Amino acid sequence: MSLRAGIVLFPGTNRERDMAIALAKVSGGREPVMIWHKETSLPPLDLVVLPGGFSHGDYLRCGAMAAQSPVMRAVKDFAEGGGHVLGVCNGFQILTEAGLLPGALLNNAGLRFLGQDHHLTVAQTDSLYTKHYTQDQVIRVVLAHGDGNYFADSTTLDRLEGEGRVAFRYAGADGAVTEATNPNGSQRNIAGIFSDNRRVLGLMPHPEDYVDPLMGGTDGLPMFTSIVEGLAA
Amino acid sequence: MKAIVTVMLKPGVLDPQGRAIGHALETLGFEGVGDVRAGKIIELELAETDAAKAKASAEAMAAKLLANTVIESYRVEVV
Repeated sequence: MSLRAGIVLFPGTNRERDMAIALAKVSGGREPVMIWHKETSLPPLDLVVLPGGFSHGDYLRCGAMAAQSPVMRAVKDFAEGGGHVLGVCNGFQILTEAGLLPGALLNNAGLRFLGQDHHLTVAQTDSLYTKHYTQDQVIRVVLAHGDGNYFADSTTLDRLEGEGRVAFRYAGADGAVTEATNPNGSQRNIAGIFSDNRRVLGLMPHPEDYVDPLMGGTDGLPMFTSIVEGLAA
Repeated sequence: MKAIVTVMLKPGVLDPQGRAIGHALETLGFEGVGDVRAGKIIELELAETDAAKAKASAEAMAAKLLANTVIESYRVEVV
């Protein structure tokens, strides 16, 4: 099965290779196209990915500059036309800054950069990205962020929960979603959210880091197999 | 003209940096320091010579880019 994926590169993006490896692995070796942030249009694609990194040096706010890049106009059009967009880590921050997902990512409550494994529960399996997981499944992923503290006002949070738009929550190894298992202060332990049509997903952890036993884990792989099953021609 | 844009986290939004500054002040022996909030000041040199227009222009910049109004508020002063 072959997936036409595009990865957007901003100055300071640094996780595009890991993402490309994960996408190629599930797509018969087909490499995603890399798209520079100065581009004003996208080639025909099934999926656009905004990968992790430190776009524009995190100046002003994480993702604030990247959200104003020429390519983001095309990404917005793609999303508004029903296209699938995945933003991981800095990509999630860019999606919120661009207004494609609600809320914002603040400094981690503990002020420390977190580079560590952490567990998540899968809160919504009815989406392109999560259908190969089971409801409330506990997965182990990698965190690598200094600004992953998800914030939205309580009305927005209630709406996200009511509409089934919370994708993942920070949890313990036993699946407990509590303050003690919240690594960065995110409201309601939210690690990832969907757009209202569930075609745009933003999450702070890195599923692309665990797609092969040699990497130390495979809990990210079902996201990529889900995507390719849903989208590949 | 110069516009000075002050950007602060909104009340109710956790400011861990401000809190850490508060703790450090306490450690240094400063007493009576309550809530501490840290923000940003952005100075803009503007070609505009009309103060009202300069302010309106800087406010538009603050709303679109300099502040994220989901979490931050801004104040513009023209000098």
